Amino acid sequence: MLLLPCPWCGPREETEFQYGGQAHLAYPPDPGALTDAEWADFLFMRENPKGEWAERWMHSAGCRRWFNVVRSTVDHVISASYPMGSPPLEGSA
Amino acid sequence: MTEAPDRYWRAAEPKAAYEVIIVGAGGHGLATAYYLAKNHGITDVCVVEKGWLGGGNMARNTTIIRSNYLQDESAAIYEHSLKLWEGLEEALGFDMQFSQRGVLHLIHDLGTRRSSARTVNANRLNGIDAELLDAQQVKDVCPIINISPDVRHPVIGGTLQRRGGTARHDKVAWGFATAADRLGVDIVEHAEVTGFTRDASGGVTGVATSRGTIRAKTVALVAAGHSSVLASMAGLRLPIQSHPLQALVSALYQPVLPCVVMSNAVHVYVSQADKGELVMGAGIDAYNSYAQRGSFHVIEHQMAAAVELFPMFAHAQLLRTWGGIVDVSPDASPIIGPTGIPGLFINCGWGTGGFKATPASGWVFAETIARKEASELAKPYALARFSSGALIDEHGAAAVAH
Repeated sequence: MLLLPCPWCGPREETEFQYGGQAHLAYPPDPGALTDAEWADFLFMRENPKGEWAERWMHSAGCRRWFNVVRSTVDHVISASYPMGSPPLEGSA
Repeated sequence: MTEAPDRYWRAAEPKAAYEVIIVGAGGHGLATAYYLAKNHGITDVCVVEKGWLGGGNMARNTTIIRSNYLQDESAAIYEHSLKLWEGLEEALGFDMQFSQRGVLHLIHDLGTRRSSARTVNANRLNGIDAELLDAQQVKDVCPIINISPDVRHPVIGGTLQRRGGTARHDKVAWGFATAADRLGVDIVEHAEVTGFTRDASGGVTGVATSRGTIRAKTVALVAAGHSSVLASMAGLRLPIQSHPLQALVSALYQPVLPCVVMSNAVHVYVSQADKGELVMGAGIDAYNSYAQRGSFHVIEHQMAAAVELFPMFAHAQLLRTWGGIVDVSPDASPIIGPTGIPGLFINCGWGTGGFKATPASGWVFAETIARKEASELAKPYALARFSSGALIDEHGAAAVAH
């Protein structure tokens, strides 16, 4: 079980959270202008690194707020958590 | 009893070049090598494996075999697989403990009963055996199931594929490896692919490995949970996320479970191995991971469901849990075919349900490699479907691991 550091509530057990996958994905400003391949890229293509990456979690059984976490997919060690809207941390995928 | 040989396959030294290199000596990779040699006469083949043969998901799955998928494209490939399973031990000359003990899916609510009736009808139209059962018929097939209405998720019926069942996973890998080796395929273990060699136009011309560079006309990736890692070395993006999928076995018990039982609604699937262990699988962990382990609350959730369905399991002792890394695609269907990079083919995205597809996956991928274009059964599974929108949505069949 992961112990996730909610930026507002502090460390809580994983069962209180919902997973949101890759962080920092921006909705295309003009979706109608995209080609099918570009739209597919936005909808379906995700990073899937073996190592650290930035991902989203939501504290659904707590403050119900989304936030970002930098976590290693190799050993599950969490190196950072920060509120939505913050720029990506240096070095995270 | 006949004595087992010291080795089933040669510990091959990699040659400088091959016609085809297959990356990944799991079930699908070995089946691909076997059918390349057997069906297409392509024997100048090397299977490279970073660990040991059959040591990834092939060693970690719950060995369930069935073909009762809803969509026509899925029914075609999974039924082709089941038909291959039915003759596989004879074809390979290798005992795999293939057992058609039946696969029973439980129904717990009216919505699922309607969708299950639709699936049974679709299966029959595709020539696949399928039966819709009521609760008492479920009890007749599997007497230890609790069909009392007085539980959180009462059993109100089920679907049954009698031709479904299980096989011994290690022996499947060993059987394909032995047969491929006999036809001249080199199997090179402990050779991790670290990159690709490319020609001036960007085409793949071989692989760099921890045991040296090996050239090939065609490189075929069959690396399941590590597909994204390999693809990124070639500059290829995949719509794949890698997740832990956990399973467990109990201590040994007398035979109590005559068939495979799956319940998508309460997230458990269970069979009993010939030796006596109850083999159970859970749903995937939500987060991305390559760690081959998951969170214990997933196991607890699954046990709660299992004990409600099978009250006698409350007395069973947990022997061992483990995790594999599954390659989950957006529509829960595989990706098979050319990659757009000359010389590079891929077979991945089988996610939580690849074991049952092992023979057909190898069969269609070998045909695809030999023809340099997708085989008939593989055509719907092109990477391009994510741009065209022609997805093959099997979340219904695969709401949990399958």
